[in-house]
Amino acid sequence: MLSRVADSLYWMSRYLERAEHTAQVLDVNLQRMLEQAPRHAARRWERVMKTLRLVKTKPEKLDAFTLTSELTFNPSTRESILACMAAARENARQVREQIPSEMWEKINKLYLRVKSATMEDVWRGESHEFLSGVREGIHLFHGITDGLMNHNEGWHFIQVGRFIERAQSTAALLGAYGPDLVNAADRIADVRDYFEWVGMLRSCMAFEAYCKVYTADLRPERITEFLLLNAEFPRSVHFSAIMVQSALNAIAEFTGTKKASRANRLAGRLRSMLGFSQIDEILGEDLNTYLDDIQHHCAQIHVATHQIYISYPIESALAS
Amino acid sequence: MTLPATGLPERFAAYELGAAYDEMFTPEMRPRAHYQTLYESLLELPPEEMRRRQEAADLSFLNQGITFTVYGRDEGTERIFPFDLLPRIITHAEWDTVERGLTQRITALNLFLKDLYHHGKILSDGVVPRELIYTCKHFRRDMRGLQVRRDIYVSVAGIDLIRTPDGSFAVLEDNLRVPSGVSYMLVNRQVIMRVFPHLFRNYGVRPIDHYSQALLATLRALAPDNHPDPNIVVLTPGVYNSAYFEHAFLARQMGLELVEGRDLLLHDNVVYMRTTAGLKRVDVIYRRIDDDFVDPLAFRPDSMLGVAGLFNAYRAGNVALANAIGTGVADDKAMYAYVPKIIKYYLGEDAILQNVDTYLCGDDSQRAYVLANLDKMVVKPVGESGGYGMLIGPHSTRKQQEEFRHLISATPRNYIAQPTVQLSCAPCSVDGSVEPRHIDLRPYVLHSAERTTIVPGGLTRVALTKGSLVVNSSQGGGSKDTWVLFDPRDRIDGETSRRSFL
Repeated sequence: MLSRVADSLYWMSRYLERAEHTAQVLDVNLQRMLEQAPRHAARRWERVMKTLRLVKTKPEKLDAFTLTSELTFNPSTRESILACMAAARENARQVREQIPSEMWEKINKLYLRVKSATMEDVWRGESHEFLSGVREGIHLFHGITDGLMNHNEGWHFIQVGRFIERAQSTAALLGAYGPDLVNAADRIADVRDYFEWVGMLRSCMAFEAYCKVYTADLRPERITEFLLLNAEFPRSVHFSAIMVQSALNAIAEFTGTKKASRANRLAGRLRSMLGFSQIDEILGEDLNTYLDDIQHHCAQIHVATHQIYISYPIESALAS
Repeated sequence: MTLPATGLPERFAAYELGAAYDEMFTPEMRPRAHYQTLYESLLELPPEEMRRRQEAADLSFLNQGITFTVYGRDEGTERIFPFDLLPRIITHAEWDTVERGLTQRITALNLFLKDLYHHGKILSDGVVPRELIYTCKHFRRDMRGLQVRRDIYVSVAGIDLIRTPDGSFAVLEDNLRVPSGVSYMLVNRQVIMRVFPHLFRNYGVRPIDHYSQALLATLRALAPDNHPDPNIVVLTPGVYNSAYFEHAFLARQMGLELVEGRDLLLHDNVVYMRTTAGLKRVDVIYRRIDDDFVDPLAFRPDSMLGVAGLFNAYRAGNVALANAIGTGVADDKAMYAYVPKIIKYYLGEDAILQNVDTYLCGDDSQRAYVLANLDKMVVKPVGESGGYGMLIGPHSTRKQQEEFRHLISATPRNYIAQPTVQLSCAPCSVDGSVEPRHIDLRPYVLHSAERTTIVPGGLTRVALTKGSLVVNSSQGGGSKDTWVLFDPRDRIDGETSRRSFL
């Protein structure tokens, strides 16, 4: 597979995952907002920015309308749905002959829909309908990808992109709620805590899955454990790390690259770290440091993958 | 069905015959035999229904991202290539002539290129003036004496045909460099089969699906002899090129890698592509980049699209290019005037397909005639394609004519002129009604040492503006599907009952 193609598939998938995450976080918070006193709103939107790793972006006003518009349609906001969909589609367009036509058509249609929507439609109409439409479109895209595309190298690059992005998103979500979770650990939860935690779980579509494991008894350490260490929930950091590692192993096998070991070692280390950690240890020390460590690992895996498969020096390739 | 005594049914009220040949109607406004079924079906198709199907077809193009990029506007403006709903129909007998004519033409042009870049006998014999070759900007001195694999210079050609008022096909221009549009031919067929399935089935239309396989076979024939599994790639300028959709489409249809210049590199005069598993050797390149941009070391140094050193690898015989470098000398619009002589010279035959009268502005007496008749002629720059930089005399202003007078006088070799040819007209769907529009036809010719393949049909381009004679997509043209019918003697005629098929 061409290096450029692998790169495009990887980024296409990352941007889609990002668009899905933004849509979900925005959707949940717009709904939560309705049930909340207006004075808490500013804090909510600050946390949304942190969840989406947009700490450096400072919108003029931190209110629902401004942020919805910013996070949905502003093409220069890195995490906005439009920006992510445009980037995902552009990457797909670069490799459209490599992917099944159905995949390309789906992503193209979804992009055209987001592009032609206006803030008016989203705000006056049903924001939920629009945002869940985006999410469903992306789910459908992944369904097509799994069902129609050869599960070859390219497919595995799509998995790597998707799950690295997801590991980082879920870790960022935990980081944004981290202080509240830690503070609440020592006291009895009140209605407001409960309300926020449901919102947090919903932000990565984890509420029902959590209840299946722990019942609806929401406790901060369990929530943290579930989103971080659960190996079966597809949006947990641990699950994502497992997927990244197995995809990288598959790619190494497909390409027969001997130099693959570095990326695979890093992915294996991240996975082990999550597999052998205990939640009380993590909370006993410092949750933030642990989360930073995860972000750092993900970044390293990204760089190593790029160096091994995409931007390798020609001399090394000729020698082998 | 009988026609009302008072002329045409309301459906065709806006249909006026002009001086041009009409594909559907005889001069007496009777539908031609092979258009009869379509004609009757149209009478029964309500305008709203026609509009609805047109919209469905447009949406299908947009959703599939079948678009081209318009230059000179906002970067990356994508547009769909307008598609006209009504098929253009060609009979078996008509196509037979076209096919023989094109095969003859491509064979002669290929021999001509080989001769030009080796001994130049046709020049020594004075059939084609030497000066015409050396003043052509597409002539590549670097190709002199270079052995091209299997002596195939032109693997893929798009020859533009028009139908003259007497109903016969004539060649308007040859495209021997990187002709585009074939993907639209293939996609138009897919769409029309969805829109008019019954009509299509009952008409007995010859299939065109095998184009991709034939193209692949043509490229494969350029691979080194002893190579069981050559690595063939499609080289595109990238996603911002106006024909990117086509490059991607063909690569997928053939199952080949679509590469950009930055994916390729040279080492010891061998071309490699950069893959996730390391470097992989490339044997044949179907390049969709113009000569000028193929290799910044050999040609334009400012090219960001090509591959540095590619020409050296080509010269060393380590890679084959389709088409060869330097084929543009044979599709120069001034050379076009000599093609009948070229055919006669190499094949000893008369040209089956006629040329349109052409005046070379480089010749003093011909230029004088052109300048005196600018308002009646079409003036074209010799080395351009895509309909850029043309003067359509009858539709031009005095000012434009003056401009061209200066241009021609300054660089006469760069211009040719042709009498304004009335391209034939075909019925088109215009906002629910049926009106005639001017059309041409670009069949795609695949040429290898073993055989010449022309899939029946080609791209019928439509000048969508009423009365306009310019069909180029870059100039507001559209396209329609082209149906070449089976030989009626070959058809099993159990099903052609006289009913509407829409």
